[in-house]
Amino acid sequence: MKRSLTIRAAAVFAAVSLLSVNASAMHIAEGMLPVPWAFGWMAVCVPFVAAGFFSIKKKVALDAKAKVLLAMCGAFAFVLSALKIPSVFGSCSHPTGVGLGAILFGPTATTVLGLIVLLFQALLLAHGGLTTLGANVFSMAIVGPFVSYGVYAGLKKAGCKSAIAVFFAAALGDLMTYVVTSIQLGVVYGNFAEYLSIFALTQIPLAIAEGLLTVVVFNVLEKYSKEELRALHVL
Amino acid sequence: MKVWQKNLILIILVVLIAAIPLWLCRDAEFGGADGLAEELITETHPDYEPWFSPIFEPASGEIESMLFALQAALGAGVVGFILGRITAKKPADAGKA
Repeated sequence: MKRSLTIRAAAVFAAVSLLSVNASAMHIAEGMLPVPWAFGWMAVCVPFVAAGFFSIKKKVALDAKAKVLLAMCGAFAFVLSALKIPSVFGSCSHPTGVGLGAILFGPTATTVLGLIVLLFQALLLAHGGLTTLGANVFSMAIVGPFVSYGVYAGLKKAGCKSAIAVFFAAALGDLMTYVVTSIQLGVVYGNFAEYLSIFALTQIPLAIAEGLLTVVVFNVLEKYSKEELRALHVL
Repeated sequence: MKVWQKNLILIILVVLIAAIPLWLCRDAEFGGADGLAEELITETHPDYEPWFSPIFEPASGEIESMLFALQAALGAGVVGFILGRITAKKPADAGKA
């Protein structure tokens, strides 16, 4: 049973990759969502993106060096979302890298960073898509960062060490991104549980990896940029 | 423990997380999770057809991986540059743990 499933999956995968190289994208692929859903998700994202621009303007005015840190958060998301990592469940996916931005600059500012990453991948890599940009922005650049931000704030309030709070914030934000992706496909095509098993299960070890990598960068910032982090109300 | 020691351990853990599946599931395909999702859609909705196709597609798997490498390189370059500046500007702190 399991064997035939893998063989079938392999055959389909081979066929699809012969047809186009665009087969493997962990975001919702171009044209995958029906028109009303595609534009609906875009509409949902607009206020968050707008709020993000204002938030960035405010945060950058707070501290002169914040701009540099913001650029680094964007670059961090660039690296992490380019790394397709094998998972113990036999498929590949990639982290999102938006947790760091959410912790440092808040969720809406990170929405803008995520939008940039997703646009780059949709335009140059045929990864994700323009028509599904709204849905992907919602999962990766809105829900993910809000979860990360909330988890970090909650754990800090509960008296957790910063590094521990950062780990759980980044890991859970990453995981929730793919839970939302599963819901987005599930509401259109049914089989929510199966999409969940494809996306979210694959993502569990990757979410842990993202949490650890975010802590690596945070450790350096905590040591060398304490003032900036204080100005941004992170510490 | 110094920051670089802590970080080295964390990075080794990440490498292990990425490498262990290759040992554990030797006969797995390691295809993209979304390829599986697309398969599931075509299975449950045989008339499924994407209504829009990417306006630009990398010409081959090689070119796609080049663009992915470029994305990672750009990001890593900026992260490294900024972390380098941040850690270099306060040499007085360098001795403290």
